[in-house]
Amino acid sequence: MSYILGIETSCDETAAAVLKDGRHLLSGIVGYQWEIHNRYGGIVPELACRRHIEVIYPITEEAVKKADITLNNLTAIAVTSGPGLIGALLVGVSFAKSLSYALKIPLISVNHLEGHLWAISLEKRVQRPFIGLVVSGGHTNLYIVEDIGRYQLIGSTFDDAAGEAFDKVAKVLGLGYPGGPAIERCAASGDPKAIAFPRALSKKKGFDFSFSGIKTAVISYVRDRYAISHVDEIPDVLKGEERVKADIAAGFQQAVVDILVSKTINAACETGINRVVISGGVACNRLLRKEMDLQTQKHKIKVYVPGPKYCTDNAGMIAWLGYKYYKKGIFADLRLNPDAQSSIG
Amino acid sequence: MGYKIQVYTKSVAETISIGRSLGRILSSGDVVCLTGELGAGKTYFVKGLAGGLGVIGIRGKGVTSPTFIIIREYKGRLPLYHIDLYRIGVVEDLRDIGMEEVIYGRGVTAIEWAERIADRLPDERIEITLRYEDKKTRLIEMTAFGRHHTQVLKKTAGELEKIADKR
Repeated sequence: MSYILGIETSCDETAAAVLKDGRHLLSGIVGYQWEIHNRYGGIVPELACRRHIEVIYPITEEAVKKADITLNNLTAIAVTSGPGLIGALLVGVSFAKSLSYALKIPLISVNHLEGHLWAISLEKRVQRPFIGLVVSGGHTNLYIVEDIGRYQLIGSTFDDAAGEAFDKVAKVLGLGYPGGPAIERCAASGDPKAIAFPRALSKKKGFDFSFSGIKTAVISYVRDRYAISHVDEIPDVLKGEERVKADIAAGFQQAVVDILVSKTINAACETGINRVVISGGVACNRLLRKEMDLQTQKHKIKVYVPGPKYCTDNAGMIAWLGYKYYKKGIFADLRLNPDAQSSIG
Repeated sequence: MGYKIQVYTKSVAETISIGRSLGRILSSGDVVCLTGELGAGKTYFVKGLAGGLGVIGIRGKGVTSPTFIIIREYKGRLPLYHIDLYRIGVVEDLRDIGMEEVIYGRGVTAIEWAERIADRLPDERIEITLRYEDKKTRLIEMTAFGRHHTQVLKKTAGELEKIADKR
């Protein structure tokens, strides 16, 4: 019998989970920090770190308690060592190291992106190889996933991540943070065809993305329409213009979704791999899920999207990979350091 | 007031090209501070600057937005530290990301949203201000502070004139 504790603190969520025998997720606790960062329109690293320090132990304790075991029952500890905010990662890694030392159990280092790629495994088994799209506030990466530890990065963004574009456009429009849900709510009453925003690189070969141009197109659109001189004036001129705001949000969301869907399907078609896994915070977006379902059906591609709680940052996915590496005997030692820019593939 | 030059660019490609000219001339310890609203082209200017420094980046993309992790480090002719203060809300953050270590180190540092720490920028630096003129056009204003950075900017101005003459 094995109990793997997973710890994840790469950004603004403090998470701990206990996985039994590599299959049964006994607990998964996530401490969100939205209320702390909301007024800044984005994550403030210093505040995120302080919060991680405050809650990491209580959250771990809660995860262990909910799993109905004690710390002494743990078999190994898996922790996200990157990529992410260096200070935030440091909290999780230091905590995991101390716990591993105190309990005299192995420490396992897991890459955050790898975690997202396999998060679906907490719900169902996906045959390998598959095409994996990790789409979040920090990443927009397309991979060929051959097996655990074997990845090939075939596409990434030239500039902003898709989730970053959501956050920035939401801030420009004065919709608040996090941008994804805010845009989605606002777009619900809008017409996605009312304003045509560009689909960057859509005609280009390859699987790379660019989202900075759409953000700028949104800004230009509002500037021209209301003849204003600075971005910061936008929320004010849009006050009472609910219709326009909704149309902008809907048009923007549709453009981002179209790009994500078409590149992912192209990747599946060109590689002949007819299984696609989507994960990361942006994978919670309902339009993306709907369009991905619709378009993949046309191409006879099977699409797998984890439930929202496994799309966003969580420790269950870290524990799942931790178990796999535990079985392979791949461990980290107490010299483990976080790496803010670590990559896979 | 420092030495100043102004250039209009008509496309993202032109903004990148101006950055590249500056990047070719930058030397160890140089600091470039960028100011300009969202969508002005700061990251694309740094993309060019990185190209001039020989940075390749992930699959040849050069730099990408550092917003998410605040600071990214690249290998080129010189190390490039690309800092983004977009999400920095409180002053203590600067120590947290090790910014002073980087600014006074041997690499080149490019700081986006530098105006947020205006009172804490080094005395010697190049300031780049990107102004939105219309959908495509940006006014790029470059100002040098300190003798060395003035030399760098004068050389860059020379290079830009040569390029303009060729056209």
